[in-house]
Amino acid sequence: MREIILTVARNEKIARGTYRMELSGDVSDITSPGQFINIKLDGFFLRRPISVSDVDCDKGVMTIIYKVVGAGTEYMTTLGDGARLDVLSGLGNGFDADACKSDALLVGGGAGVAPLYMLAKALIARGVRVSCALGFGTAEEIFLADELRALGCDVKVATVDGSAGVKGFVTDATDGSEEYIYVCGPEPMMKAVYKKSRADGQFSFESRMGCGFGACLCCTCKTVMGYKRICKDGPVLYREEILWEG
Amino acid sequence: MGRLNVTLCGIELDNPIIPASGTFGFGYEFAEIYDINCLGTFSFKGTTKEPRLGNPLPRVAECASGMINSVGLQNPGVHKVISDELPKMRKCFHKPVMANISGFSVDEYAYVASALDGEPDIGWFEVNVSCPNVHKGGAVIGSDACASADVVRAVRAVTKKPVIVKLSPNVTDIVSIAKSCEDAGADGISLINTLLGMRIDKRTRRPVIANVMGGFSGPAVFPVAVRMVYQVAHAVGVPVVGMGGVSSAEDVVEMMLAGATAVGVGAANLVDPYACKNIINDLPGVLDKYKIGDIKEIIGGVKNG
Repeated sequence: MREIILTVARNEKIARGTYRMELSGDVSDITSPGQFINIKLDGFFLRRPISVSDVDCDKGVMTIIYKVVGAGTEYMTTLGDGARLDVLSGLGNGFDADACKSDALLVGGGAGVAPLYMLAKALIARGVRVSCALGFGTAEEIFLADELRALGCDVKVATVDGSAGVKGFVTDATDGSEEYIYVCGPEPMMKAVYKKSRADGQFSFESRMGCGFGACLCCTCKTVMGYKRICKDGPVLYREEILWEG
Repeated sequence: MGRLNVTLCGIELDNPIIPASGTFGFGYEFAEIYDINCLGTFSFKGTTKEPRLGNPLPRVAECASGMINSVGLQNPGVHKVISDELPKMRKCFHKPVMANISGFSVDEYAYVASALDGEPDIGWFEVNVSCPNVHKGGAVIGSDACASADVVRAVRAVTKKPVIVKLSPNVTDIVSIAKSCEDAGADGISLINTLLGMRIDKRTRRPVIANVMGGFSGPAVFPVAVRMVYQVAHAVGVPVVGMGGVSSAEDVVEMMLAGATAVGVGAANLVDPYACKNIINDLPGVLDKYKIGDIKEIIGGVKNG
């Protein structure tokens, strides 16, 4: 973890309620896909944790994709080019791309699709064949599907209202035959994927966080390996660690 | 000694800054980013006899200039604290530490204090009779002068180390509770714990915090904390650790003028992990600004009228 200043280089709407922000500066603390940053916003007390979608170390640019879900993310949409953000960078453990040896299925739902882009790049660089199953509410909410295809991924999309791709949930776009899965999205979606798929894999969890670096214990969850902090010991948990509540 | 050092219950601190319990773990997360030996001391995560998972999620809510938490005293239990946490802490912190302890009965407080008493790193006990996030013990004890005094006496009986009692602001008359604790043998008083607060999600019409209510902290509570520190410090003869919304060296000076001998920093650590280091670095300049030679001069220095 490190506190750094990043400068907004671009902040644009890419889908309904969904924005892509490019931040320039020292991005070297992001070493794994699935890590996140925690952003201080003027007028808000708690920082806002947002997962990293891509990093370009040569150019010193980090891309985040965020959905407007409350006053904090609403405020983020107003930030113009040149705005300077106080960021805690390099948070969370991230996905382990080395754990998958041959074929990987990346499953994302909503804002959870964002970190899969950096993950897909890391897997492809390791020679892994990558397929993606992405779930959205409706066609207007779809993002990153084309970019993932451009990387060479086989991408299937599901929408709840059937306006694009398969009608239904992301599990309707998977057949359960995959060898290794990486999953990020809302908990009910991840639980459904977990139940349908028998493959080994990694799941990235969301949680309402206080600090984002393991101090406050506001995002504790119970796992097979004992209590873990989503922010510090996660957000990525291995399949065999997960205990679903309820 | 330098101009920042103070003495808290007979133990010298290099400066009055003490990260508050529950915002600093056992120190090692922060030691990853700075040398925490720059602190006066810190108060470690509230420890109970048995391990506690704590409360259901969500445990945290945003507020104007503050936050609500309802962690519910999550901790691995005193025996794991001794076997696992203190050895990790010892690697990065080499000063006497403040042991924050909690319980659900008088006997449990005494048990935890007794179990920790042999640990040489522990300089002080901070007896938390004010956790708002558990349904028994905690603030239930802290809102009753007699029950608070009973806990102080029980802890006093099992340790020779200084016993500081941490009080809740959610009471009618904090001065009478503080006096009752002093009479029972407390060597110091720390305050304030969090204010009981609540937020409601307008879309779902449910409380944001799963446990419905939680402890409100952050800069918004600073004036309440200054007022209560002032009231208590002027009513008791033992030192006061002032805390509640402190987030700058300016706040530290104000809290000490109100009567604090040392100053806790809580919520600020969670949004700025370097908060305490920065405060310590800023203190000499702020003392200069107000023409203060030695920080000890200002303890309780507020003028009346």
